[in-house]
Amino acid sequence: MDSRSGSPWSSEVDHLFRHEAGRLVSILTRIFGAHNLALAEDVVQEAFMKALQDWRLGPLPRNPSGWLLATAKNKAIDAVRRNKHLTEFAEDVSYLLKSEYTASSTVNELFLDSEVADSQLRMIFTCCHPKLAPEIQLALTLKTLSGFGIEEIARALLVSKETINKRLYRARQFIRQQNIRFEIPAGDQLSRRLDMAYTVIYLLFNEGYNSSSSDELIRGDLCAEAMRLCLLLSEHAIGEKPKTYALLALMCFHASRFESRLGGAGEIILLQDQDREKWDRQLMRQGEMYLVKASEAEEPSQYHIEAAISAQYCLAPDFAHTDWRLIANLYDALLVMTRSPLVKLNRAVVLSRIHGPRVAIDEIKQIEGITELASQHYLYNAVLGQMYLEANEPAQAAAYIERAGALTSSPAEKRLLRKKLSRASGVDGADGS
Amino acid sequence: MKEFLLLFRGGDDNRIAAQQSPEKWQQHMMKWKSWMEALGKQGKFLSGQPLAQGGSVIRGGKKVVTDGPFVEGKEIVGGYLMIKARDLGEAVDLSKNCPIFEFDGTVEVREVQQLEM
Repeated sequence: MDSRSGSPWSSEVDHLFRHEAGRLVSILTRIFGAHNLALAEDVVQEAFMKALQDWRLGPLPRNPSGWLLATAKNKAIDAVRRNKHLTEFAEDVSYLLKSEYTASSTVNELFLDSEVADSQLRMIFTCCHPKLAPEIQLALTLKTLSGFGIEEIARALLVSKETINKRLYRARQFIRQQNIRFEIPAGDQLSRRLDMAYTVIYLLFNEGYNSSSSDELIRGDLCAEAMRLCLLLSEHAIGEKPKTYALLALMCFHASRFESRLGGAGEIILLQDQDREKWDRQLMRQGEMYLVKASEAEEPSQYHIEAAISAQYCLAPDFAHTDWRLIANLYDALLVMTRSPLVKLNRAVVLSRIHGPRVAIDEIKQIEGITELASQHYLYNAVLGQMYLEANEPAQAAAYIERAGALTSSPAEKRLLRKKLSRASGVDGADGS
Repeated sequence: MKEFLLLFRGGDDNRIAAQQSPEKWQQHMMKWKSWMEALGKQGKFLSGQPLAQGGSVIRGGKKVVTDGPFVEGKEIVGGYLMIKARDLGEAVDLSKNCPIFEFDGTVEVREVQQLEM
């Protein structure tokens, strides 16, 4: 065990490694080919091990990122020489890597700054390959693009380490067997593949924003990673699209409220009770800027409308002055694009602000498959409980809130529900925790 | 399509001089890359390596081993490429862009002979 583990030095190095890992694995996969993803990850680990050895005794080098890049480049050339009789590398450069006349210059070129963003984009499209299951896409993205360790991914996605290992194994096997190319899709493929990347990025963001994981730190990291990947897309000619900006805007508006969602004791604070002073003005301004860029779209996407809704919540001077009718109209537009029951649930809550809780309750009960949804997901029960509470039907409210409590594993949610339950039973505001 | 061996000879003095300047050396090696990449994109490249200086020669029934260099400087083989070409004429044309001429080296073009039994 390194005597410096747990020290500021070690956390600085951990942070650096995680930050650099995605970039380096992308460059190396560009060189070795997607079928050699495991080799790319091994070589990056070798570079990190060398850094740990060399840096152990002294201060960090002046430019640690540059040091790691140079070391990874040397290790890449070593790996090419070691493996050239065993494997083909990336199709377009394999023969150049196998000759000493061209191996070094080819590796050098692919390590140039101008190639790095391109390699990361190829990695985004590989991780978001439409033939991979969503949960595998998420795990693979976090591992290869975001440099998360197995344990961190497991904590972030609320599954065991074995499950994550299995998913990553299946992903690498699939890429090898299906001969998935490490490329940026072109032509007709591109817009479909971009949509897939948006879905994964949004899923990643939602995992961070809404997941029931109690680990705040890792939730923040997930949101930040989703935003970084979307920004990467937006900075490349092929991803510079209104939809990319709409998704960025949406995430900025949501993220601006990230800090005010939880109180000091980790309890959830509802929108109406949030301290608007804590909202991140800079993120809100960025959100507005991206929304302007997004408006060049010929027709709005789901992300456009969701961003517009989130903007309305952010830009209202206070909760009472929120323009509920406009938001309800936006939800109507959203419903035309997606029949998602979650959208219907959110729309019902908005309708309750205009027409009262009864209307909302009716709307929720008309959601297709509501009985089954409510038997599995706490959120439908929590919202129904809240609506009955507002409709002055404490007995009904208590029943739904109790069921919601049984269906969530999040301590913060449980605390919020207990608070509501005590209100339902007339002990106003008393918090059991 | 036939296979050809390109044998590179000489040019060592100029190469050693160029290696003194990292920029010059890098520029020169990028020319090798462009040339070989062009061959690769036409599907004409097979393989090839530069060779280290020195070595040994084994001669005769008694297998007498002598250390190199074995011939005069400009005759020393410094590397090879295997390529594909329609005929000797095309192989010669493809060889004319070889960067070894910058260093005053030579390229010998030889067709692979098919041996029948």
